[in-house]
Amino acid sequence: MIPERIKERFGFGVLLVATLVVVIPVLFIIWLIISKGWSALSWNFLFTMPRQGMREGGIFPAIVGTLYLVIVSIAFALPIGVMAAIYLSEYAKDNVLTRTINLAIVNLAGVSSVVYGLFGLSLFVVFLKFGVSIISGALTLGIMTLPVIITTTREALRAVPKSYREVSFSLGATRWQTIRHSVLPSAIPGILTGAILSIGRVAGETAPILFTVAAFYLPRLPHSPLDQAMALPYHLYIVSTQIPNVPENYRYGTAFVLVGLVLIMNISAVIIRSRFRRRK
Amino acid sequence: MKARFEIRDLAVAYGKVQGLKALTLDIYENEILSIIGPSNSGKTSFLRTLNRLNDLEPQARTTGTVKLDGRDIFKDMSAESLRQRVGMIFALPIPLPLSIYDNVAYGPRMSGLRNKEEIGALVESSLRAAYLWDEVKDRLRSSGQKLSGGQQQRLCIARTLALEPGVILFDEPCSGLDPISTAKVEESMTELKKDHTIVLVTNNTKQAARVGTRTAFFLMGDMVEIGPTEAIFTAPENPRTEDYIVGRFG
Repeated sequence: MIPERIKERFGFGVLLVATLVVVIPVLFIIWLIISKGWSALSWNFLFTMPRQGMREGGIFPAIVGTLYLVIVSIAFALPIGVMAAIYLSEYAKDNVLTRTINLAIVNLAGVSSVVYGLFGLSLFVVFLKFGVSIISGALTLGIMTLPVIITTTREALRAVPKSYREVSFSLGATRWQTIRHSVLPSAIPGILTGAILSIGRVAGETAPILFTVAAFYLPRLPHSPLDQAMALPYHLYIVSTQIPNVPENYRYGTAFVLVGLVLIMNISAVIIRSRFRRRK
Repeated sequence: MKARFEIRDLAVAYGKVQGLKALTLDIYENEILSIIGPSNSGKTSFLRTLNRLNDLEPQARTTGTVKLDGRDIFKDMSAESLRQRVGMIFALPIPLPLSIYDNVAYGPRMSGLRNKEEIGALVESSLRAAYLWDEVKDRLRSSGQKLSGGQQQRLCIARTLALEPGVILFDEPCSGLDPISTAKVEESMTELKKDHTIVLVTNNTKQAARVGTRTAFFLMGDMVEIGPTEAIFTAPENPRTEDYIVGRFG
């Protein structure tokens, strides 16, 4: 007979190992990027154009391109996703149509990102004639991230106690007033969580921008939303595989900037979220 | 006595479950009608029909007529305008996640009041009428959810009063409160009776005896008996009423 105390210790041990298995790769990635990329960071690297076939100079246009893509795609996807989620969870009746829509949203979340890239190419670039441009890429990324925003927003709305709605109705509020003044304020932190998840995904995806916006080499800033742009993940792919003899710290420095950029945007969103939580 | 609510053959079903069967009843001006009965007796269904909160249940089917001051509440007015006239206090105090001030101002603002001075005056008079003003007048901007349980329930009463409703429905308003807070809520009910009609659903038969003008006993969707509170508690006509009051079941 094994004593219960030993069994318990063994059980906790297994759980601890599982947790470490999750944490170790993350720490390793961060260590790798920092140790190999840190030396590349400089004012020149961050704020000048690439030179010498991207073996020298900076990655400024790629940073700006990724920022544009994140801002435009979130500005497009967040309002539409939130509105769709409000409709689905607060207005739509539970029938075959809404269940089909919900199923479609769940499945959209599972479609691989290169398929979104092809979709963006045929719809925005070719059919709507936006060309290979920031607007095409941002819309493609926005559509890719819609399911995430809709799902998290819906969960946030569902987490608002039913009693808030009843109280609001009992005070003579209409359904829209109830959503606007009693439900949404409590759901905003959850909605922002969805936005945070989306920012990371939009900034980091390569496949959706491959055919829709990304320029191989464009040593200037984009002039308009209809212009092409460089972007960090695609740039990283190019300097790692397409161009020989790129210094190692240049490649890891690009990765470092991408991860750091996402981190900064996430932290700002987390700060905004905590301000909403405190206001209650 | 003038009838405010005229209820004729009111029945409420949830799917196949009959919540309330053919109820006919008048509710008069300036009375407190206490409704007692065990759970599943239909008393809460009845209350939530009077302000059409039952409309929110997709399963609920209502038949019969309910008139408020002579107008059919289902046909002659919108649910919103009905609820502005028929306020409701819930079993658990639920302040919205807003300041004390904004909680009280919620109803008037939703019905379109914009004038800041009017809203301010309404907030003060409502908080005074709910015996809460002196305790919160210095912190109207702090969260309503930070008040104690008894204060929260009085905040909810103030919030309802700000709509200046003619009728107030109380759904077991003291079930989560201590005896002192309960006494304060009962005191305000008695005070409100002067210019409101009050319907009180309660599991506490003693509370019904203390504050009710009339008392009705509900059992399994039927109204077994209704009469002046004294008569119900001293000489009920129906033996089932007596059994419930003395605690033989329920």
